[in-house]
Amino acid sequence: MEEVPQGCPGTGSAQAGRGASCQGCPNQRLCASGAGAAPDPAIEEIKEKMKTVKHKILVLSGKGGVGKSTFSAHLAHGLAEDENTQVHQSGSGWSPVFVEDNLGVMSVGFLLSSPDDAVIWRGPKKNGMIKQFLRDVDWGEVDYLIVDTPPGTSDEHLSAVQYLSAAHIDGAVIITTPQEVSLQDVRKEINFCHKVKLPVIGVVENMSVFICPQCKKESQIFPPTTGGAEVMCQDLKIPLLGKVPLDPHIGKSCDKGQSFLTDAPDSPATLAYRSIIKRIQEFCGHHPPKEEHLIGS
Amino acid sequence: MEAAAAEPGNLAGVRHIILVLSGKGGVGKSTISTELALALRHAGKKVGILDVDLCGPSIPRMLRAQGRAVHQCDSGWVPVFVDQEQSISLMSVGFLLESPDEAVVWRGPKKNGSRLVQGLHAGRADAAWALQVTCAAEAGALIKQFVSDVAWGQLDYLVVDTPPGTSDEHMATVEALRPYSPLGALVVTTPQVVSVGDVRRELTFCRKTGLQVVGVVENMSGFVCPHCAECTNVFSRGGGEELARLAGVPFLGSVPLDPELTRSLEEGRDFIRDFPNSPAFPALSSIAQKVLSQAPARLS
Repeated sequence: MEEVPQGCPGTGSAQAGRGASCQGCPNQRLCASGAGAAPDPAIEEIKEKMKTVKHKILVLSGKGGVGKSTFSAHLAHGLAEDENTQVHQSGSGWSPVFVEDNLGVMSVGFLLSSPDDAVIWRGPKKNGMIKQFLRDVDWGEVDYLIVDTPPGTSDEHLSAVQYLSAAHIDGAVIITTPQEVSLQDVRKEINFCHKVKLPVIGVVENMSVFICPQCKKESQIFPPTTGGAEVMCQDLKIPLLGKVPLDPHIGKSCDKGQSFLTDAPDSPATLAYRSIIKRIQEFCGHHPPKEEHLIGS
Repeated sequence: MEAAAAEPGNLAGVRHIILVLSGKGGVGKSTISTELALALRHAGKKVGILDVDLCGPSIPRMLRAQGRAVHQCDSGWVPVFVDQEQSISLMSVGFLLESPDEAVVWRGPKKNGSRLVQGLHAGRADAAWALQVTCAAEAGALIKQFVSDVAWGQLDYLVVDTPPGTSDEHMATVEALRPYSPLGALVVTTPQVVSVGDVRRELTFCRKTGLQVVGVVENMSGFVCPHCAECTNVFSRGGGEELARLAGVPFLGSVPLDPELTRSLEEGRDFIRDFPNSPAFPALSSIAQKVLSQAPARLS
């Protein structure tokens, strides 16, 4: 087994990435870019900007296609149903797009002129975009900021956490589906959260069970061959916030851009969502930030 | 930029290379990659699978190959055979991740003085964390070496499974494979608008990088209730065909939701051999047939 480059100056050193022994080390670029050195001034700027945002929640999963965006959208809808949740527009900066009076959205999707435009960006450009979203969007006074993320654990996740590091993230909600192929990626994600000291609010098991609209009998399309999220949460001592069954109406509502919670208020999936949202609100209420009071609270 | 002719190297003995792509996560790229490989094998072909999903390598589990040791030879990494007959070989980043708490995470073979990721600095003992940090900085470089450092030998088909999206990894993979004239890309979507919306962008990526699209596969296309036989469109309907039509590429077929298929993948079973009567089988076989018919005779 080979060692790290002899004479490695260490990632935090001023010589990081610049020393003679750094040549050929695959992390040279990372170190030379100053990742281990002085913090980006944007972090303080974002901390200031985020003072008007009471709660920040990241929605994560190691796995793709488990329902992060679906969940993020419906969490936002669910929270916005409380008329007391207010958003005010103040001053300059990018404006979020308001889909309801008290629900604003910012997405790279809005910046693309065609539905066929592909975002073929390397890491540094993606990081720059995320920095802009966090620093330059004028959210105004907001109760909740939900951050939807792509699958995996890479640039976007590291950036989001890094740029929000001074601004207090309440926690992360992790989405999974029941099968091991999903859980094995999700465990990596939970590991990531621990490493960056991001509190885990809990895990949501999505696409849990399918209830046939015709005969009402249950089927497991994505079988929990290793015990599903329940066993994983027990093993890792993390709360299981709830299980959402597969309801074909969810996909339809998303396709139409509507809130499934309003479209199908009596669905077992809606009931599951509401219970999960309540638990998230309770978590945010019981774990206020330790620093100075937020403006507007 | 390299000349158009491929230099002799580890991919020189591979007749046809197919990439499996999607703009969207969780639509079944790894599933389709695995089943396509199995079906091609059953059609008598020698197949390799390259799993370049750095953050979520799923293929080892799907072929019951988790935790297998990887060896090196003079030309690079030796791919792992997943079957007794040695007709399917696999290389996945997942194999290189299987190291427990060690200061050095994993290393690649030396080739012309260059090295795959060598490890992190003392103190970062966790393999998974090390890879996450490396993903951010070096995904492109990692993939480039990973693609060219595997000693495949003679193969009829190499199926390349990718992570979702259009990023460093995809660009690096296409660039590394370009000298070997890939057959093209299989693009996977699910039926709903949200998926089609993402996968359209993937098709643009293919256009921009000069990657031919072999066709669109629509996965998770309906579920037949085992109790009453009613078919429900769990994830909407029609997206795959619509996407193929919009992009002017062939539509290769719809694969229904099939718990037997999901279970097979969980347990690393050969679905094509063991479940010929299962709902997903006809669609998967048909897709493999279409891929076989597209491959032109290649001069070696």
